[in-house]
Amino acid sequence: MTEMAAGTTTSSEPLPRAKTDLLPLLIVPALALLALPFVGSGSTWVTLTVAGLAMGMMIFLMASGLTLVFGLMDIINFGHGVFISLGAYATLIILGPLAGWAQADSVWLNLGLLALCILAAMGVTGIVGAVFERIIVRPVYGSHLKQILVTMGGLIVAEQAIHAIWGASPIPIPLPETLRGAFIIGDVIMERYRVVAVGIGLIVFIGMQLLLNRTRIGLLIRAGVENPEMVEALGYRIRRLFVSVFVAGSALAGLGGVMWAFYRQTLTAGMGMEVMVLVFIVIIIGGLGSVGGCFVGSILVALVANYVGFIEPKLALISNILVMALVLIWRPQGLFPVARR
Amino acid sequence: MAEPLLQLSGVHTHIGPYHILHGVDFSIPASQLTVLLGRNGAGKTTTLRTIMGLWQASSGMIRFDGRDITKTSTPDIARAGIGYVPESMAIFTDLTVRENIVLAARSGPVEPARLDWMLGLFPALKRFWNLPAGNLSGGQKQMLAIARAIAEPRRLLLIDEPTKGLAPVMVRSMIEAFKALKASGETILLVEQNFYAASALGDNVIVMDDGRIVHSGAMREMVEDKTLQQRLLGLSLDAHQ
Repeated sequence: MTEMAAGTTTSSEPLPRAKTDLLPLLIVPALALLALPFVGSGSTWVTLTVAGLAMGMMIFLMASGLTLVFGLMDIINFGHGVFISLGAYATLIILGPLAGWAQADSVWLNLGLLALCILAAMGVTGIVGAVFERIIVRPVYGSHLKQILVTMGGLIVAEQAIHAIWGASPIPIPLPETLRGAFIIGDVIMERYRVVAVGIGLIVFIGMQLLLNRTRIGLLIRAGVENPEMVEALGYRIRRLFVSVFVAGSALAGLGGVMWAFYRQTLTAGMGMEVMVLVFIVIIIGGLGSVGGCFVGSILVALVANYVGFIEPKLALISNILVMALVLIWRPQGLFPVARR
Repeated sequence: MAEPLLQLSGVHTHIGPYHILHGVDFSIPASQLTVLLGRNGAGKTTTLRTIMGLWQASSGMIRFDGRDITKTSTPDIARAGIGYVPESMAIFTDLTVRENIVLAARSGPVEPARLDWMLGLFPALKRFWNLPAGNLSGGQKQMLAIARAIAEPRRLLLIDEPTKGLAPVMVRSMIEAFKALKASGETILLVEQNFYAASALGDNVIVMDDGRIVHSGAMREMVEDKTLQQRLLGLSLDAHQ
């Protein structure tokens, strides 16, 4: 490794460190603390907060791929919801032959089942994502209106294909035994599945941050979000990067779909489309193309929904829009704006 | 006479309905600095972008080191050894100065000797090494853009108006940096509107107008021929020193 790769130069003078924009990061703890006196009970507040974090992580899993696709490829993919639905339905590939693992009295079999469902979903949605990019998205690069129309069309076709393959009726799926119930600590109740969802969300987020900030492929993605033409002029084939990111984004949506499916314990072809409004809200709040922004935005939206739903249920329906409006008034480009040409 | 490193023959470029380049012909000899001059809208930037494959030539031929690159993709043109510094600089503002350089060295880590040489050319970059490049001033961004282009050995550098909008002191620094680049044997095609900078650097000069080459020759001839300057550029060098 050269001196440069190690982050130093031959100069003996100290090098300045990068400044971090901490203000948006403080919103989440500030919001949580602000909500505490309104919620009243400390245990209820913890329960609501953990539930909000879990919901936030699931939204993040579903939205993170879209924000990368949006940021890097400038593609408005209204068909992203189908990868969520497809990921959810892909669990049936595993749940069919291994249904017994869900009821087994073994933590490893239960978690293994979840892991296999995730792998199957990511595999299926990744492959379908590659086909979707080639057939539906690639012909409409550069035209947002066509992208909206064509990806919406792709979404409708794919939903109908799900109906044709698995039927139009909702399909119940069992939550693995270990993930049922709750951890009860004093008066605090935390559903096991939500704790697992928080863990998986954190793992994915940390993995994405490491990938984006510590690897050359991450540098390329970040640079490509800002100026794809210049990345090409440096000798990189950005088209391949586009396809890889689209496939990865689809696979992440598939992962989000699995988590969402086990949370609802019911599969419907429209379940992906139903959360797309929320997904678009969080990527706009976070800043288009920003994974960190998507993460903070997801948690923010979910926590606000939980707190408001408890304190003033009538306002719960508009809380997401309200959060988005306030964030955009404060930072019109989102919490962590990504520079573009 | 040795074959030129880059040769354009009858290159036409259309951008949408607009016909920008009208049969551009010129050649760039190796290890020399050639300046491309012309008023705004003459087609200089379009020429560089066409060479880089960012806009496709609609007809004509571009040869680089004897190879036809007219229809070659931009990444392959860059891999052939052509470095490009656009007028907008196009640095990655969210990436640190270090990350910009690391990314530009496509074939691997920058050699320490090359890094020392680059930072010797542009010492200001050291101070901002780990800061996002968006924090740099205009002149420092220009330095980073050029440093990025030379982060690994290139056979030809295409540089678009590097002194545009810079303070005089920064222009002088830039001229010194280009002199050092020239001395190291780099082949450079430099688009420039500042005739003072152009005349201080150029071995050869090409003048464009309305998408056509209207003059091509040695820079020394143009510097000495005030009538030629007046005819081609509408100015004399003395007025811009």
